[in-house]
Amino acid sequence: MVQRDKQTTHEPLGEDVVFHVHGVTKVYQMGEVQVHALRGVALDLYRGEFTVLLGASGSGKSTLLNILGGLDTPTEGHVFYGERDLTRASEAELTRYRRYHVGFVFQFYNLIPSLTARENVAVVTEIAKAPMQPGEALQLVGLDERMDHFPAQLSGGEQQRVAIARAIAKNPDVLLCDEPTGALDSETGIVVLEALQRVNRELGTTTVVITHNAGIADMADRVIRLADGRISQVHVNQTKLAPGELSW
Amino acid sequence: MRMQALAIAMVIVGGVSIFVMSLSTLDSLYETRESYYRDHHFAQVFASLKRAPLALIKRIREIPGVDKVETRVVAYVNLDVAGFDDPVSSHLLSLPDNSPGLLNRIYLRKGRLFEPGRDNEVLLSEEFARAHGLQAGDTLRATINGRRKSLTVVGRALSPEYIYQIAPGAMFPDYQRYGVLWMARKPLATAYDMDGAFNDVTLTLSKGGNEQDVIDRLDELLKPYGGIGAYARKDQLSNRFLSEELKQQQTIATVFPVIFLGVAAFLLNVVISRLVSLQREQIATLKAFGYSNFAVGVHYTKLVLMIVGLGVLGGIGAGIWMGKGMSNIYMEIYSLPFMIYVLKPQVIVAATLISMAVAILGTLYAVRNAARLPPAQAMRPEQPAVYRATIVERLGLQRWFSQPTRMILRHIERRPVKSLLTTLGIAMACGVMMIGGFQEGAIDHMVEVQYGMSQREDLIANFTEPTSLRALYSLRSVQGVDHVEGVRNVPARLQFEHRSYRTSVQGIQADGSLMRLLDTELNVIDLPAEGVVLTDYLAELLHIRPGDMLTIEVLEGHRPTVRVPVVGTAKEYLGVNAYMQREALNRLLKEGNAISGALLKVDARYQRDVYAELRDMPRIAGVVEQQSAIRAFYDTLAETILFFTFITTLLGATIAFGVVYNSMRIALSERNRELASLRVLGFERAEVAYILLGELALLTLLAIPLGMLIGYGLCGYLAFRFDTDLYRIPLVLGMNVYAFAATVVIVSAIISAIMIWRNLAHLDMVAVLKSKE
Repeated sequence: MVQRDKQTTHEPLGEDVVFHVHGVTKVYQMGEVQVHALRGVALDLYRGEFTVLLGASGSGKSTLLNILGGLDTPTEGHVFYGERDLTRASEAELTRYRRYHVGFVFQFYNLIPSLTARENVAVVTEIAKAPMQPGEALQLVGLDERMDHFPAQLSGGEQQRVAIARAIAKNPDVLLCDEPTGALDSETGIVVLEALQRVNRELGTTTVVITHNAGIADMADRVIRLADGRISQVHVNQTKLAPGELSW
Repeated sequence: MRMQALAIAMVIVGGVSIFVMSLSTLDSLYETRESYYRDHHFAQVFASLKRAPLALIKRIREIPGVDKVETRVVAYVNLDVAGFDDPVSSHLLSLPDNSPGLLNRIYLRKGRLFEPGRDNEVLLSEEFARAHGLQAGDTLRATINGRRKSLTVVGRALSPEYIYQIAPGAMFPDYQRYGVLWMARKPLATAYDMDGAFNDVTLTLSKGGNEQDVIDRLDELLKPYGGIGAYARKDQLSNRFLSEELKQQQTIATVFPVIFLGVAAFLLNVVISRLVSLQREQIATLKAFGYSNFAVGVHYTKLVLMIVGLGVLGGIGAGIWMGKGMSNIYMEIYSLPFMIYVLKPQVIVAATLISMAVAILGTLYAVRNAARLPPAQAMRPEQPAVYRATIVERLGLQRWFSQPTRMILRHIERRPVKSLLTTLGIAMACGVMMIGGFQEGAIDHMVEVQYGMSQREDLIANFTEPTSLRALYSLRSVQGVDHVEGVRNVPARLQFEHRSYRTSVQGIQADGSLMRLLDTELNVIDLPAEGVVLTDYLAELLHIRPGDMLTIEVLEGHRPTVRVPVVGTAKEYLGVNAYMQREALNRLLKEGNAISGALLKVDARYQRDVYAELRDMPRIAGVVEQQSAIRAFYDTLAETILFFTFITTLLGATIAFGVVYNSMRIALSERNRELASLRVLGFERAEVAYILLGELALLTLLAIPLGMLIGYGLCGYLAFRFDTDLYRIPLVLGMNVYAFAATVVIVSAIISAIMIWRNLAHLDMVAVLKSKE
């Protein structure tokens, strides 16, 4: 694997391709029924870009995110991360890919309940190659006051911000967020989105957010709509809104 | 769930099988013994004497409470078996002409009874004949009352009197060197000048006959004829060994099942609790549809009972198999003509009911929670677990621990009771396995102390009657004899306050090197010039302490009764005795320098020659060789110990596996989400496994020392329960016992870990991203 460059400045849209997705199809066998989650998806994602994958439930957006994150493999087609074909990577290679290059944020936070906020971040920085300090990451999401709290002592929004801190602390190449505000009220959701935007702006981390909430699309560089496993529309925002200005 | 249910069922199989095995073996032995005793008219009172006229039998019959009386002639003789050089001694018992006898009837296994007019025919005890491969028609030579006589074997027999067949003074059976022979009364009586006389009498009691009255009157009657004291069936040597064995079985039948069922209850509780928390939503749905608490409770109870039912069925099957195996081993060890395998229905009913009751008790809490959950609450996910930093971390050690290590420690500390019970369960497995190894080590130690440190002679020569000390000179002059010490043994009843005990007083050489007494630290005790030293266990039996006066009623010669101060106690594992300096005993008996036997240290090269020469000395009644007896004992015991060790190991491993595997499965289920999340974050399988298995490894490592403590306690309890005046089992546990138990526990844990490792490959990373807690 190539050592990741540390991106600290925002680069203009379209300068270089991080992901090249080509003809990706995913078929699940659910009992006796075949479910076509993705039907020939093709797209490129660019360095430093903030992309929103928009779609209804069942549109295939989560499947696409899982394939980008190395959690799942397509039935057909190829996904290139830089020069490497993720669809041909072994289990161990995918683990290393996730470990060193990808930051995940989940809908239900998936924090380790037995570890404090700081430790939840440290669990990732301990195994990363050139991480930031856990405190630094938490500061970035505005949680420097609550670092020694356990998840059970934090609100949902705070927990999600810990999850973001955990995802960015390793200085990942890409940040993949699966419905990051799905379990939150709008006010808390905005705080979380602000944290994501700040990370994208200040660290230049390529960010992909999937959501079924169309309002969030206005803060993205690019919005990709999915329907029935196909890309139905790609839209480039000429002017991005700040999370606070989003209509929820 | 299937493997977990199986693992729990296995633990129940362990408990139930040992319960069924012990109790059915116990019942079988009782039943076999009773029917053997009954059918073969085993006597109830026994007495030996010097010589009494047959006419005395009429007066014995007149004793109130006596039913049947049989007199006989009994001799202790040396045998010469062709092709076997070691000393062989035997009891030669008279049988009424051409009949199996009135009392203590023999069971003729092979061959025939004696033909009238033939004076050299003998029946051999089954075990003895088998040990030497002697068949009908073979001959052997005996020294009968100083004269060599050739005897012809006519068959093999067993007797209720010799179920445990052991030489006088020996502690272990040795079928090659000690046997029981039966001979027609006439030739035996003639050889011992017992025509119209007898030197042994046994009798049964009539209904309502008072045993102690009969014994007292019989003693009175036999006193002038050299009677050495009558005793009841309960004190008969063979019967006593068998009774002790039965008592041990009873202890095993309680201790083991308690451990197993306790562990099973704990495991069921853990598994059902987890199941309930996984099925909260289904429970809520059922209740929302109108199912009652009771109905929900019944549902889980049924599940538990299915697991238990599986365990009970398997346990009964395994128990019957092991019970039959055990009974057969007993039939081998003890000379029993048959074995009636008894499986009482109540044993099965008890095994089933106890297991079910214990299992339900173990799951009651979880099931009750399931049944009482309000539907709305049950539909919501459980509250996130609340954790805090552990004590170890708060001590300031935190910075030394990686995050995964902190997860392990905090998880253990969050559920202290569960962690403790898991540790305790694994510890129990370790403890159970130590019991198997303990027996062997204990016997090694007994033999080492008794025959390595205390009784150090190679040969014991017993004289036909007390002899002058000068007899030692002729023994010393035999080539190959390095050292000789004289002993004076006299049968006696020892009494202190209202307690009494029948044994022998042994007069030993004051500065002797062959028979030494040891204190509790196994240091040699100097025997004082006056006074008596008692085996520590005898002192306890009599509640007597050094300084107290012991009453000794000598049961030989003119039977003096004397009072002697107790001057000390000696550590002995086998038998119970009283010891004095020989000269002091001689003075007490008002006799000169008399000895009744001699201890010999022999040059190993000449042992056979020495034995051959001793055998030809007319005044020597018998020669005992201790070393070979010990070896023979080990052979006999090896099979039982091996079987028992095999079973305890199997059971211990079952518990260890059951506890570790279940704990891991539960932990995997509880932490599935957490571990899968870590996999998503880029943790490797081994790193995730560390968090899960590290916890169990830590608990297992904590459990091992605890288990060793428990094992020590269990062995101590068994040793205490097995203590009798026949033998005391020392609590000696070698390093190998500890090491073996620890190894089996660790191996069981590793096997569970391998199975869990394979499960970890299938962590569903995609699913956890979409699921709530």
